[in-house]
Amino acid sequence: MTETRPRSHTSPYPLWFFIPAAIIYGVLFLAPTVSSLWFSLTRWDLSTAEFIGLENFRQFFSEPFLVQGLVNTLIYAVTTSGLKTVCGLLLAVLLTGNIFARGFLRTLVFFPVLVSTIGIGITFTVMMHPTRGIINVALETLGIPGPGWLTNPALALFSVALVDLWKGVGLATLIFIAGIAAISPDYYEAARIDGATRLQQFSRITLPLVRPAMITVVTLSLIGGLRSFDLIWAMTRGGPGFSSDVIASVIYKQYQAGFYGLSTAGNVILFALIAIIILPLTLWFNRREVEE
Amino acid sequence: MTKRIGVIFATASALAALIAAGPSQAETKLSFLIDNSPDTVAAADALVAAYEKKAPDVSIDIEQRPGGGEGDNIIKTRLATGEMSDVFLYNSGSLMQAIKPGRTLVDLSNLSSQANVNESFKAVVRADGKVYGVPFGTAQGGGIFYNRKIYQELGLSVPKTWAEFMANNEKVKAAGKVAIAQTYRDTWTSQLFVLADYYNLNAAVPNFAEDYTNNKIKYATTPAAMKGFEHLKEVHDAGLMNEDFGAASYDDGLRMVATGEAAHYPMLTFAIGALKQDYSDNLNDVGFFAQPGDDASKNGLTVWMPAAAYIPTGSKHIDEAKKFVDFVGSVEGCKIMMATNTVQGPSLVNGCPLPADVPPSVKDMLPYFETKGLTTPALEFSSPIKGPSLEQITVEVGSGIRQPADAAALYDDDVRKQAKQLGIPNW
Repeated sequence: MTETRPRSHTSPYPLWFFIPAAIIYGVLFLAPTVSSLWFSLTRWDLSTAEFIGLENFRQFFSEPFLVQGLVNTLIYAVTTSGLKTVCGLLLAVLLTGNIFARGFLRTLVFFPVLVSTIGIGITFTVMMHPTRGIINVALETLGIPGPGWLTNPALALFSVALVDLWKGVGLATLIFIAGIAAISPDYYEAARIDGATRLQQFSRITLPLVRPAMITVVTLSLIGGLRSFDLIWAMTRGGPGFSSDVIASVIYKQYQAGFYGLSTAGNVILFALIAIIILPLTLWFNRREVEE
Repeated sequence: MTKRIGVIFATASALAALIAAGPSQAETKLSFLIDNSPDTVAAADALVAAYEKKAPDVSIDIEQRPGGGEGDNIIKTRLATGEMSDVFLYNSGSLMQAIKPGRTLVDLSNLSSQANVNESFKAVVRADGKVYGVPFGTAQGGGIFYNRKIYQELGLSVPKTWAEFMANNEKVKAAGKVAIAQTYRDTWTSQLFVLADYYNLNAAVPNFAEDYTNNKIKYATTPAAMKGFEHLKEVHDAGLMNEDFGAASYDDGLRMVATGEAAHYPMLTFAIGALKQDYSDNLNDVGFFAQPGDDASKNGLTVWMPAAAYIPTGSKHIDEAKKFVDFVGSVEGCKIMMATNTVQGPSLVNGCPLPADVPPSVKDMLPYFETKGLTTPALEFSSPIKGPSLEQITVEVGSGIRQPADAAALYDDDVRKQAKQLGIPNW
């Protein structure tokens, strides 16, 4: 009791010092969040808003494709995040090794991160055309009939996820390279003296010590996957039919139709979903870190 | 000293003259928002050039927006935030009703040009007894484009019933050609078999539009309304479509039917504009017929009304804008558009006849318009409700992902959502 009170008095900054930051935070973050909570409870046409209670949420959850959109979102997020972590780690091991043209190869892996997502989407849409696209034309010359990458409903979501991997793996690699570079070379030297193989060095030294980097990659790519929209929209617009719809594209379609209150409700749901998945995950990661 | 005073006087009077003369050069600047299709741009440019000659004190800036859902968004957002241009083009019919004309648009009932505008058009830009727009372009039909060369080669005749149409398709397929071009990359093109079937639906169930608006009749429980969805499935199951139908675009569809890669392409006749621009050499090879139904004696055309020019209530130059819109809707304006633009059907301004040299696909449409009762406006002009997901649903049926009955029920759900959001009674 006597300890807590002096602490609040000994803050080096007076209260008014925080006011400018608090105003910026309130205007830019707090006000939109609270107002979107309000608008999600209304029938809203941008100029008038009529309060209709939880009707929008009821409508959103009875939306025939919401459930599929939800499942697709999870599939997409887990697939892209898992692939980015595995491929990113492997590429990082390769690119921190003593190999030819290392700097150039690092640049090459990172390059797609810098290109516009819409540009990549349009380019790959052309390349994945079922009869004229370069991918299927190449497969055909090898005698393999190429699938309809973006037109087969069972395949469309995964085709987009692969492109997302290609686009995003550079960032994961970069984070892993930083993580590996932070590991002291002494460990490897000691291991080599003890006669450890390359595989043992990777599994016993690199993998455990690169954990902080891995947590960053998993969290970032999972959040990115859950709210991903631009690539899916550029490549399939949620199609064919509704087969590659994710929550974000369902929400966007409601905006397009002029259902502003309904789509705001969708955004609130998306916000809650990301919080529900990411929060426990982060807590779990952090606890494990403390335990170790 | 006197010299100096003289200079000052001269400068002052020159300045005064400049100030006085300045504004009279171009007193008002109007902005005019249009969609970015080449046809619209050409017509708007010609209209603006002609009007600026007539009214030298007005200058008009043309702004372009994308088409489809994205353009829709822009219109709705700009209207709601009061950022709309002085004059803008937008759909007539159900989409116009959705922007709440009574609140957002200026009443144009008293323009002198309205005297010549066809009543069928006024009906689709009217709300609460007031007329809010003038026509921009001609009427259009929804039906099926066909390649006349293929028809000649194979000795086919224009079908009057769906069965005849399917028989034609089988012959085309047997000849090793694509019978029906489908272009699901541009999802909106997948709706034609359903939307263009409305003449047949209306013939079978004459009060469909009213009952549908009042929540008394459903697609899923009306066999005549299910026909459009069933046609999509039939065409898919018979393997009549181009191999890359899932990835082909609207432009691919036009190319296929114009150059004879495919025999048919279901589409609105506004495509004639694009055909003329991109495949002018093949324009005479393309013909058009209404979507066939069950009965040869009841073969008629579903008609789409053109877009309209509107003035938002937020405009700062309503009077000048009214004069320009009056010009757009006048016989003179109609003739300028006819001369610049491709004709897509009959004009909706009386006293503005079609030119003599229209393409065959337009000639094919005229018999429907010349006989009373052979045309009916599409459902979206008779009812304020059109579900936003129809295009995804028709892609599913046309790709064999979903069965017609299931699709119709799903569309009914979609329609319910739209009706509730619009606040229509009885839903």
